[in-house]
Amino acid sequence: MALEVQGLTAGYGPVTVLRGVDFRAEPGQISCLMGRNGVGKSTFLKVLMGLLPVASGTFALDGTPLHGLPAHDIPKQGIAYVPQGRRLFGPLTVAENLAVGGLVRGNDSATLDHVLTLFPRLRERLTQTSGTLSGGEQQMLAIARALCLRPKVLLLDEPTEGLQPSMIALIQDAIRSLRSEGVAVVLVEQRVDAVLNLADRVAFMVAGRIEETMPVKGLAPETDVFRTYVGV
Amino acid sequence: MKVWTLHLALLAVLFTAQFWLSPYHATNLARIMVLAVFAMGYNLAFGYTGLLSLGHALLLAAGMYAAGLPAQLWGWTAGPALIAGLAGGGLMAAALGLLALRTAGVSFMIVTLMFAQAGFLTLLYFAPITGGDDGFAVAAASRTLLGFDLSTDTPRFLAALTIFAAGLLASLVLVRSSFGRTMVAMRENEERSRMLGYNPFTVKLAALTISGLYAGAAGAAYAILFGYVGASFATIQYSILPMLYVLMGGAGTTLGPFLGALLMFVLIEAATGVTTAHQFIVGAALVVLILFAPKGLLGTLRERWVRWLP
Repeated sequence: MALEVQGLTAGYGPVTVLRGVDFRAEPGQISCLMGRNGVGKSTFLKVLMGLLPVASGTFALDGTPLHGLPAHDIPKQGIAYVPQGRRLFGPLTVAENLAVGGLVRGNDSATLDHVLTLFPRLRERLTQTSGTLSGGEQQMLAIARALCLRPKVLLLDEPTEGLQPSMIALIQDAIRSLRSEGVAVVLVEQRVDAVLNLADRVAFMVAGRIEETMPVKGLAPETDVFRTYVGV
Repeated sequence: MKVWTLHLALLAVLFTAQFWLSPYHATNLARIMVLAVFAMGYNLAFGYTGLLSLGHALLLAAGMYAAGLPAQLWGWTAGPALIAGLAGGGLMAAALGLLALRTAGVSFMIVTLMFAQAGFLTLLYFAPITGGDDGFAVAAASRTLLGFDLSTDTPRFLAALTIFAAGLLASLVLVRSSFGRTMVAMRENEERSRMLGYNPFTVKLAALTISGLYAGAAGAAYAILFGYVGASFATIQYSILPMLYVLMGGAGTTLGPFLGALLMFVLIEAATGVTTAHQFIVGAALVVLILFAPKGLLGTLRERWVRWLP
């Protein structure tokens, strides 16, 4: 068991977005969260990171309750988050971004070497200012920086959005490698082909609730659930 | 290596300045170096951590009075007085941060301004002790360090240079350290930094306290080297000046505060000789700077040509 969420209700002030979400992410699996725009997928990840308060419900990592912890303590417990839009520290170099990423859990050369093996292109760009990287390289760096925390659970919010196909393939390869290393990956994704390519399980979210969860194996792009829950 | 060479070369040039500048200009340069230490501290808070403060006059005055009052009341010599000033600035910054860092952005600016004004009024209220607006002169006996009379030209210049060099090299080490990168991360995206496990309050409080140590050192150095302590150093003017120095020289550059302080001092000096409306000339220069080098002189230089500039 890695991440277990039970009855999570949360939102923005008086506006409730998540309404009793139950969700599990297992080690060595890619669990995908799908749904139309505005159903609460990104909000769910933000709540898991402590960026929004929990109204009710719980979530725990390996049995340790995390709800209620301040946001800066969540990464120390083993959850890393790559939000939409990458949000790098533009003036810092690639190497400095990675160093900042791993500082709170103690940087070590093995971890750095590991993330640079996952993303060899970053090794060639270590001294380059991160703001000058291409979109795909920035996304690689955002994931690599999160991995410097040596997470048990990696939350990815649409990591391949707006990227060219060659970059998407590289990033998806890296995510598969993480799965094989035992990381529990939680992927928020809108694209059906990406889900079918990557995920082991998919949960469909509607209006702040998980309506249905199923294994991805056996699903096809034309399967009804995608039309029902995502509208494609 | 290039970075260290550049900084050490600047210090070497400044060291030689005492031999080729007139005593008047050497004293002005000593004053500029002390003000540059103040601006370096401001730069660590604003340029590197993104804390736009309008309360740094309080920190400068804290250092100045923490050094000047014991010298005045109990006859402390320069060494202990300078240490007291350093501590005064740091402690005041930590206290200010504990309260003001509960806010952010414009609110932080207003709250720091409010505290600085409260500090200024407190100095006026306790005028029998602080000297109020008139201030007080630090006795010559208190302006000695290791047998050197710091009220005379050469020891004063060398003392100012030593404090400046220590501040500059410490800021260089700091901004290139892990903590320095964390400060930049905080400036660039506080929420993202939090998601990497940093507590923004702790990081910003540490940065502000270090900034206060610089302001305290500058205030204490001013009191001891130039022999005057007064409430005028707690006015808003001394909160705005370091901001202007930093903006002119380049926020987030290690040498920017010195360059900004030097240029601003020279500009005011030159403008004063031409017209009584010298502030107008200073204002026009700032407008030109914002139009053509919005990141300050060294910030623009770094962005366009010299990318390795720290």
